[in-house]
Amino acid sequence: MSLLSRSRLLLGAGALTVLGLGYACAGRGSSSLAGTADAAQRVYVAPGEKDELYAFLSGGFGGQVGVYGLPSGRLLRTIPVFSQAPENGWGYTDETKPMLETSYGFIPWDDLHHTALSQTDGDDDGRWLFVNGNNTPRVARIDLRHFETTEILEIPNAAGNHASPFVTPNTEYIVSSTRFSIPVPNQDVPISEYKKYFKGQISFITADQPGKMDIAFQLIMPGFNYDLARAGKGPSDGWMFFTSYNSEQANTLLEVNASQNDKDYIAAVNYRAVEACVKAGKGRRAAVDYRHNYMDEFSRVSRSERRTSVLQVQPTECPGSVFFLPTPKSPHGADVDPTGEFVVAGGKLATVIPVHSTVKMLQAIKDKAFEGDLEGIPVLKYEATLAGEVKEPGLGPLHTEFDGKGFAYTSMFISSEVVKWNVKTLEVVDRAPTFYSVGHLMIPGGATRHPYGRYVLALNKITKDRYLPTGPELTQSAQLYDITGDKMQLLLDFPTQGEPHYANAIDAKKITDRQVKFYSIAENRHPMVARSERETGVTRSGKVVHIRMTAIRSHFSPDNIEGVQLGDTVLFHVTNLEQDWDVPHGFAVIGANTSELLIMPGETRTLRWVPGRIGVFPIYCTDFCSALHQEMQGYVRVSPAGSTVALKGNTRVPAAARGSN
Amino acid sequence: MTARSRWFVLVAVALLATAYVLPLWRVDLVAPQYPEGLGMLIRINGVGGVKPNDLNSINGLNHYIGMKVIEPDAIPELKWMPWILGGLIAAGLAVAALRRRVPLYLYTVVLLGVLGLGLWDYRRWGYDYGHDLDTEHAIIKIPGMTYSPPVIGRKKLLNFTATSWPSYGGVAMAIAAGLVVAASVATLRSGRRDPGLKSA
Repeated sequence: MSLLSRSRLLLGAGALTVLGLGYACAGRGSSSLAGTADAAQRVYVAPGEKDELYAFLSGGFGGQVGVYGLPSGRLLRTIPVFSQAPENGWGYTDETKPMLETSYGFIPWDDLHHTALSQTDGDDDGRWLFVNGNNTPRVARIDLRHFETTEILEIPNAAGNHASPFVTPNTEYIVSSTRFSIPVPNQDVPISEYKKYFKGQISFITADQPGKMDIAFQLIMPGFNYDLARAGKGPSDGWMFFTSYNSEQANTLLEVNASQNDKDYIAAVNYRAVEACVKAGKGRRAAVDYRHNYMDEFSRVSRSERRTSVLQVQPTECPGSVFFLPTPKSPHGADVDPTGEFVVAGGKLATVIPVHSTVKMLQAIKDKAFEGDLEGIPVLKYEATLAGEVKEPGLGPLHTEFDGKGFAYTSMFISSEVVKWNVKTLEVVDRAPTFYSVGHLMIPGGATRHPYGRYVLALNKITKDRYLPTGPELTQSAQLYDITGDKMQLLLDFPTQGEPHYANAIDAKKITDRQVKFYSIAENRHPMVARSERETGVTRSGKVVHIRMTAIRSHFSPDNIEGVQLGDTVLFHVTNLEQDWDVPHGFAVIGANTSELLIMPGETRTLRWVPGRIGVFPIYCTDFCSALHQEMQGYVRVSPAGSTVALKGNTRVPAAARGSN
Repeated sequence: MTARSRWFVLVAVALLATAYVLPLWRVDLVAPQYPEGLGMLIRINGVGGVKPNDLNSINGLNHYIGMKVIEPDAIPELKWMPWILGGLIAAGLAVAALRRRVPLYLYTVVLLGVLGLGLWDYRRWGYDYGHDLDTEHAIIKIPGMTYSPPVIGRKKLLNFTATSWPSYGGVAMAIAAGLVVAASVATLRSGRRDPGLKSA
């Protein structure tokens, strides 16, 4: 929940309880737990069997992504993104630290809100998962061949990258926008002069070339708060829809001052029109400072590069590129149905769910059905784009997903329920309670042309009495509903890591087929790789000692190193020589003020160690690799500065010339 | 020799030729930690893994029990077996061209002999790897335990179950041998009935 602080949200929920009762009474029986045994059977994945879907749940303030199996709700892996992971060295090793560089320096944390799977032709293709960093504006690419973050791009002129990283139907772009308008370029101005200096910003980022993310163009917008986005498709292909609130342009006590206007706006951006303007030379390059970080596929070493300019486009100089659609009461989600005809807005404080028609919008633009303009951007008439309103849906509509069978499912934060309604007739047909205060909800493929409409997952902010208590801080949760029948049925309730904002899920087959099982040692281009035990060695350059080591069941080579002196920095470059699935080796040394290494087969990783005292210090494998894992160890001898002990490692080539092929 | 026998020999020669591309023998190893299995394919001119790194993994495991590294380049048989096969094919073609009894009978004996020798050599090779262990450096030493894979069949070797069967090329060779024997038998019988046929 990015909009309201938790305590406020509880107060809000309390104040609205009276209103909420009316809704709460209708149709509550629909998700009764009468068929508990039946529900249990439908989420039970027997030992040795596998889940039907991968679900990627954003970790919120944890800065990471949780990978779960559905329908079981079992946690499979946590992928560090904007975070450090001592478990495997992510964000600690020389190879991965550049991934967390920003123009503000090394930032090992962010607030990760939304996930977006890459698409081909409007359907999830299982290549990449994109995520956003809200606080220090960034987007990241996770490669689903190996479930690892491989690219991070910082966004200049943004503050609170919330409407991100939603993807276009062929992954040409992911988007970013600014939740907090700020002076552009940023400068020292009085906050009270918000209306004069503060600007909004929407960026389109090229995303279909791994390692080559860049900002294609940046639209400079009125100083509102930009919130969420979705790409059009079908009739609305080439458009992107962004909600905005605080059209009042308040700069203090927004909970009151930004809730004054009867309507705020959805910004409809015709990105094809912007592309044409850029081609026609209507953009201007502005000086900025941001970072692009990526992991080289073959060396598996990341690099951070500085970028210093961005192409900016003023909507007024590119007519036909942006239109505002009036939308009731601080809209949150702007969700496009599978056909691309309808855009559903979730007005947090609205008493209806407005549904815009993109077909009507295109006609209204043609007819110039404008009610005015905002800073030169045309505002369409509400009635001219409206397909209809869902009446009495519940309280606090936020997000909508679709089952591909003509129904929409909207999360109701305040009345804490999922509401199912018919996209054509706009009638509510079912409602199911959530425990408690659902934010986003997710139907696997719910944002694509062909949803996998078997389940809806509610992502809840509050759990209160639902689990064993763990002190003041409680878990957040996800709840899985079966939506194959007329009535939603609650199947499963499971705790999540961090706060799950949005999530995606995808048919497991689209991902399992492209799994990397290990990295090829022959293709390892790490500058300090040792492709066999013959290539290991110890070298000194000034006060830095490089140790090229190999790990294979069940020994390191070299395993004894002498000649290190106090004041040296020791770099252990450890290559895992294994070429088999599920055989990582770990590496740790006593007193290292960093994390361990976890080295995948065929990979090289570096541990940096500055010995602080004289003596002999053990190294060992930390991942139970084999029956003789406990024997996988060695020593480093540290002598006084200026000692005459020769630098050497007992590199040897055993009779078995393993690792040479 | 009869026309049918001649066709039998020609088909047998064609089957023998497939052994240049098809693996002769397959050894599969399955253990709790290797549910997907590791495997070796024995070809006329090499030993390889079923999956790209299987041989490497098998060698990695074998070092625990002190087994020698399986290095295809160090196995001399793999160098000259393709030539022997070539000789068998050439001889088969000659037998079919000559259409005489005695060369056919001789060829039958030689073919069976060579295939038998090949099997014996394969068994000897397996025995040697399984028994000639580096006991000084072996990590796991179990008194009396040896690790020869079966020639045909299944055997438990510590945590691994080893299964060994002829592969496509091996089956093709067996059928070829059967056809050549059948050709000889048919020729023998027809010779008794019709002494007018060509003979040596």
